[in-house]
Amino acid sequence: MPDYPPNDSGTAGPTASGPTTAGPTTGEPSTEVVRREQLPGLEPERHITDWGRSERVEHLVDATLGHFLYHYWHRVEAEGVENVPRRGGALLVANRAGQLRLDAALVGKTIREEHAAARPVHLAAPPALTDVPGLGMLATKLGVVPEHPANLLRLLDDEGQVVLVFPETRQERVKPLSSRYRLRSFDRLEFVRLAAQAGVPIVPVAILGSEEATPLLSGLGLLGRVVPLRLGIPVPLPARFRLRFLQPVRPDRLRNGRVGSSELAEDIRGLIQENLYEMVANRNSVWLG
Amino acid sequence: MPSRRILITGLASVWGGRLAHQLESDPEVETVVGIDTADPQHELERTEFVRTPPEPKPLARIIRAAGIDTVVETTLVGDGRGLSSGRTRAIDLQATMSLLEAAARSGVSKVVVKSSAEYYGSGRDAPAFFTEDTPPLRRPRTPVQRELARVERALREYGDEHRDTTVTVLRCASTVGGGLRSAQLSLLSLPVIPGILGFDPRWQFVHEDDMVGALAHAVAQSLPGAYNVAGDGVLALSEVAGLLSKPLLPVLPPWGTLFTAGQVRRLGIPVPVGLLRELRYGRGLDNRKLKASGYLLRYTSRETVLKLRSQQRLRPLLGSGQPDGYRYEPEVEEFLRRSPSVQAMQRARSDATPSPSQGQGQGGAYGSLTEGELLEVIPSLETASMLALRDYEAAGPARPAVLAEIDQQLDLRESTDN
Repeated sequence: MPDYPPNDSGTAGPTASGPTTAGPTTGEPSTEVVRREQLPGLEPERHITDWGRSERVEHLVDATLGHFLYHYWHRVEAEGVENVPRRGGALLVANRAGQLRLDAALVGKTIREEHAAARPVHLAAPPALTDVPGLGMLATKLGVVPEHPANLLRLLDDEGQVVLVFPETRQERVKPLSSRYRLRSFDRLEFVRLAAQAGVPIVPVAILGSEEATPLLSGLGLLGRVVPLRLGIPVPLPARFRLRFLQPVRPDRLRNGRVGSSELAEDIRGLIQENLYEMVANRNSVWLG
Repeated sequence: MPSRRILITGLASVWGGRLAHQLESDPEVETVVGIDTADPQHELERTEFVRTPPEPKPLARIIRAAGIDTVVETTLVGDGRGLSSGRTRAIDLQATMSLLEAAARSGVSKVVVKSSAEYYGSGRDAPAFFTEDTPPLRRPRTPVQRELARVERALREYGDEHRDTTVTVLRCASTVGGGLRSAQLSLLSLPVIPGILGFDPRWQFVHEDDMVGALAHAVAQSLPGAYNVAGDGVLALSEVAGLLSKPLLPVLPPWGTLFTAGQVRRLGIPVPVGLLRELRYGRGLDNRKLKASGYLLRYTSRETVLKLRSQQRLRPLLGSGQPDGYRYEPEVEEFLRRSPSVQAMQRARSDATPSPSQGQGQGGAYGSLTEGELLEVIPSLETASMLALRDYEAAGPARPAVLAEIDQQLDLRESTDN
């Protein structure tokens, strides 16, 4: 059951008194604190968050498909979940692979199953996804948020939520199976910058299994040039998933101006890559793990 | 500097009338002058009404002669109610420009303009919550949006040129409530709410009391710049439909929406074409700047919709118009304000109960409601209807819970009015 942590502010509701006519906060004591305090309160009767995330839909998918995929189909094995902080904002950075966003769903499910606080995870996805009829609506209800910098800042800084991003380049998303688990460059550096701005830890996540679960059948080589359509497979193969949550990286260095965001992003990318290679090397079987 | 002498444009509109009503009950406010070309729809006590179009010269004369320090513009069209582009433009630009010109000529210290959240637009690349600093989406899609952008630019320029004038722009979310006419309201008033297949947009509302309260807050305080006025909480359209107990029917296809909407309109179902983008993408506002300025919003979006629901349930019983059936008669108003005999009587009569204006015939319609339903709708009633209901209830069933609730509400209103 997804659990939405309460916001800092008290509960909203009709208040008998009229609008307070206390003077405006001149001098602005600390805009950051004010912005956090003024977040809308929880309305317990609602089951949809202000982001459009629906508790009911999430619970329904989680209890059926999510449960099946997590426990029986992909038999997810996770380590280091405790590296995701129990409270406050955190940015999860993972390697992306496969055509379906299975990896994202399984990261969310893992945190819900294994993490002590069972925090909801918001997936930052390109805004084009939310414009797809039906799919976009479902994604929003399951916790997908368009990756607008303002959205991420609000989630990470003001609301203290967990956000999952896949910062690998999208330019060449078609990746042959032979170069699986070789990370593309991180071309979207604003994630790192936003985490630094929000002052939240970055938790690198290495995901093993997604490349085999949803391989690409066509769209590569000569055929891909002729047929612009990329063929995936409709049902993910039952590859075993391994998730490794790495030690959080504090972006403080970036804030101090000692390291550029590209260097920090490169560090994180290196960490994930290193762990992936190790996980691949230690894996006995793609399907049995 | 606090505002003492206030001029309101659009006194005949819901906002102008209600703001004047609220301001005139404030003893700090010395003068309220309202201008409009139409008759005021609200019964006002000491607000002075001048029937004039918003043209710079007469406006400036009024402002100077009455020593106005604050002008409030409430007439901006911001709800896409389907006016033609030319007409919207005439209303918005002309009124605001003349107001600014008059303000510049006569040197007022504060300008408050009611704008709309439609200024931001609505689209795929929008942030989930627009803050006041967020630039509007590129390429304004609707005429209203285009005009709002122009008006706001003019206001910014005015603010830059006149540093000693406080220019406040209130960008309000959708308001739905009795007496209003807006595209959102007409959509939500349909028996079945039409949606776009595969989309469940996020909508946000502000209660009319909060809108008036925010306008009064901007008059009372010094709030330079833009402020979003929106209730807490952004609702999914399906949630709104659920709160209104109406089915949400995705009759519009995701592609060719405009064409289908046109065809559906031909069939006689008034699907507001100006709202199609909002039906697809929706919009959320960040209201934290307004809250931080010291205004306490009284209603959340959800509560605003619940209010609308009780109003919609009552409409068949009470009729749609103003319960008092108020009509502006210049001579009567003149008499009521100036006559010494009336003024003497007013002081003596301040605590007398007004006579019920509703007939017993309408009261009979309440009989179909159960006690629970009655208790639910009572707080949303106009005072006059409530009095009528009280008489009916006392004469008929006389349920103690209902009577107690009405009395409590009446006491509450009396204490807030004074």
